[in-house]
Amino acid sequence: MEFLIPLVVDGLAAAAVIFFIAVGLSLVFSVLKILNVAHGSFYSMGAYVAVMLGMWGLSKGISPYFSLPLLFVAAALVAGLFGPLVERGFLRWTYDKPEALQILVTFGLFLIFEDMQKLVFGVQPHFHDAALHLLGVSTIGGIAYINYQLVLIGLAVLALAVLELVIRYTTFGKLVVAVVSDREVAQCMGVNASHVFTAAFTLGVFLAALGGALASPTSGVAPGLGAEAIVLGFAVAAIGGLGQIGGAALAAFLVGLARVLAIFYYPELEPVVPYTVMVLVLLVRPFGLFGTITARRI
Amino acid sequence: MQLPAIAFGAMAAVLILSVQMVPWLEFVYILALAKGFAALGVAILLRAGLISIGHALFFGFGAYVTAFLGGGRIVTDLGALLVIATFASAALGVIIGAFVVRYRAIFFAMLNLALSMVFFSLLAKLYAITGGTDGLRVAMPTIFGMVFDRATLQAILLYGSLLLLAGVGYLLKRYLHSPMGQALPAIERNELRLEYLGVSVRRVLLTAYTISAGLAGLGGALMAFAVGHVLPEMSYWTVSGQLVLIAVLGGIGGVLGPFMGAIFFEVVHTLAVGHMAEAWNLIIGLTLIAVIFFLPGGLYSLMQAFARKGHAP
Amino acid sequence: MNAPILTARNVHVAFGGVRAADDVALDIFPGEFLAIIGPNGSGKTTFLNLCTGYVRPTGGSISLSGREITGLTPRAITQLGIARSFQHPQLFTEQSLLENVLLAVAARRHFWSPLRPLDRQAYVEEALSVIELIGLRHQTHSPVVNLPEGMRKLADIALALALKPQLLLLDEPTSGVSSDEKFSLMDTLISALRRQCVTAAFVEHDIELVRKYADRVAVWDQGRVFAVGDPDQVLSDARVMQAVVGVD
Repeated sequence: MEFLIPLVVDGLAAAAVIFFIAVGLSLVFSVLKILNVAHGSFYSMGAYVAVMLGMWGLSKGISPYFSLPLLFVAAALVAGLFGPLVERGFLRWTYDKPEALQILVTFGLFLIFEDMQKLVFGVQPHFHDAALHLLGVSTIGGIAYINYQLVLIGLAVLALAVLELVIRYTTFGKLVVAVVSDREVAQCMGVNASHVFTAAFTLGVFLAALGGALASPTSGVAPGLGAEAIVLGFAVAAIGGLGQIGGAALAAFLVGLARVLAIFYYPELEPVVPYTVMVLVLLVRPFGLFGTITARRI
Repeated sequence: MQLPAIAFGAMAAVLILSVQMVPWLEFVYILALAKGFAALGVAILLRAGLISIGHALFFGFGAYVTAFLGGGRIVTDLGALLVIATFASAALGVIIGAFVVRYRAIFFAMLNLALSMVFFSLLAKLYAITGGTDGLRVAMPTIFGMVFDRATLQAILLYGSLLLLAGVGYLLKRYLHSPMGQALPAIERNELRLEYLGVSVRRVLLTAYTISAGLAGLGGALMAFAVGHVLPEMSYWTVSGQLVLIAVLGGIGGVLGPFMGAIFFEVVHTLAVGHMAEAWNLIIGLTLIAVIFFLPGGLYSLMQAFARKGHAP
Repeated sequence: MNAPILTARNVHVAFGGVRAADDVALDIFPGEFLAIIGPNGSGKTTFLNLCTGYVRPTGGSISLSGREITGLTPRAITQLGIARSFQHPQLFTEQSLLENVLLAVAARRHFWSPLRPLDRQAYVEEALSVIELIGLRHQTHSPVVNLPEGMRKLADIALALALKPQLLLLDEPTSGVSSDEKFSLMDTLISALRRQCVTAAFVEHDIELVRKYADRVAVWDQGRVFAVGDPDQVLSDARVMQAVVGVD
């Protein structure tokens, strides 16, 4: 029984990372109505920048105590640079296009970023686990826990709480809700929808990059990271309901638990689990666990 | 004579002539035609506004059926294997389509994606049946009982694929001009109205989905013979993305579009891998974006414009 | 008196507390043109939606030529012989007028042959005759998205006509059409319907049109059929005028 707990913690830590990807994807979808395939690229960029920054810091003799904050810095750098650049400079030209073409455009972007990463960072895998070592291991009740994983889980819960509070209680949150419900009416009432779009997109990029940065100490970086991240992120976001913050959290949690169960009973099939859950949920609730429908008037 | 027939003739001529001059293009062209069939399947659904980012499922299924039956020496004839793979994929398409065509837009896309990823994961994990991540070897097929060497097989595959393109393409063209085919863009715009004409939207879409699955399976089988090996990666989501990319690049307006897109894709791929392997995705990504913004009808529309200019008074 | 082609009895439906159909009872007789009038929000479109399966009643029954159609899908009801046009024209926007009508013709005749073209000669001839009938011949090849509202209304009606239904339900057929053209449209429509022995009910706001063209009038108010009968009688009834027009 004791060995189950570290397994669950491991699963929840992985779920925490997926939550970051999925919630950013969901947020961008609900505001911009675009399913952004390049979201996976931001995840891998966050991871690469985190590793590079960490290695650079190491070479400059920066104290290892900064290794955790540096992860956030990495995510912020990626978001600050690519958020406004991609949304204002590129995505906004796609808003009038049909959905299928929008997805394709973001797929094209994903392809471009994949190669850009290879050109900038090379194709060999890298590893920088200073943050992991910094936090070490604690033993509670005879069971060893990797503190980094506990921190990851805590950060995910914190992020969930912060996002919910922002949406409900801040002006920005209310602006986002207004633009999501009816962009035209919001604009008529003086809301600068394009600013909201840019801000929401940048926040989404930050969340994805943060997911990547936080995952990098345990999983390292190599080409192909983004492809794996985006498809898993899609799965979880769809299960939770696109646009639903709480849904993304619940979905990440459920998928995480399901994967732990799979590893316990039938480890061979663990990779199949997220997508099987996705199929089952979508067959029963096409809009996801928390998703909503809008009716049509004739 | 109609444009598509001329275009096909021109395309076939270009392919056959260029192969005489540059022999290694033969393999590239077979790959292109294989992916072309699969992309054509995707294009049919795109006409109804349904984007399937999971068609690699049928592509991989067709490939693995071919490898499985051929490897087990259950069926060895090339033609028979192609037919079986196509119909098996179509059958799978009917089963999956029965559920999936109830969905629209992003939900249709996601469900297809999910199913293809389940399939991919199973292919990678069920070592005993599928060879796991090593995949399966594709045995050399016989043709009317005769065995050929690899070089001859390749030539047969190229000319055979072109013939298939002609035959299947012709049938598909008629399908797309039939009421069922013309109903596809109508569904995208106003499926309610179609129901109010007494037409079952579900039946129209299920037919389209089944045909598209069969086409993807055919493409997968051709790919299997061309490469000689099948891998789980053939069903990964990025392959599905490539198929949609090829369809849009080539243009979904005509039957030849996806094939033009596929030829462009594979030729550029081969050239890029030779000279700048790390920029191949970049080039394709940029081309895709350029086509979406500046040439929405794809390469096929370019050809149509060219043909119109030729006929200008 | 002939047996009614459509019978509605005790039909109920409510949307969030609003009784859109409150114990509705109505007969429509073969060959007649029934006008449906009433103030906005009185349930006229809802009645059409109920008869065509877009909305499912919570109580009561509707039958077509004696056959129960309550709760059937729009597709099934269309195949049984009811066709409708809509308040907001429902068209296949990217396709031409001809292609739109061809789909309707094919739907009526033979839709499911995968190798024969939609634009085969027989179908095209039939589609052109319908387009001619509603006076849109010069727009045959125009994409319907480019047509002005009035013509899109007509195109919507053309789709319903092409189905050669037993019963045609028209939701405000002349709204969006200019006043001088309303009468000529109704003339054309009604003579075509008489030629093909089609029964029709139409929702209409223009009282003059109703007076001229309707065989009978049914007045709706607050989800119920308030009055039904001969146009002259019904329209001179003071209670009706007050309820519908607001005249004292």
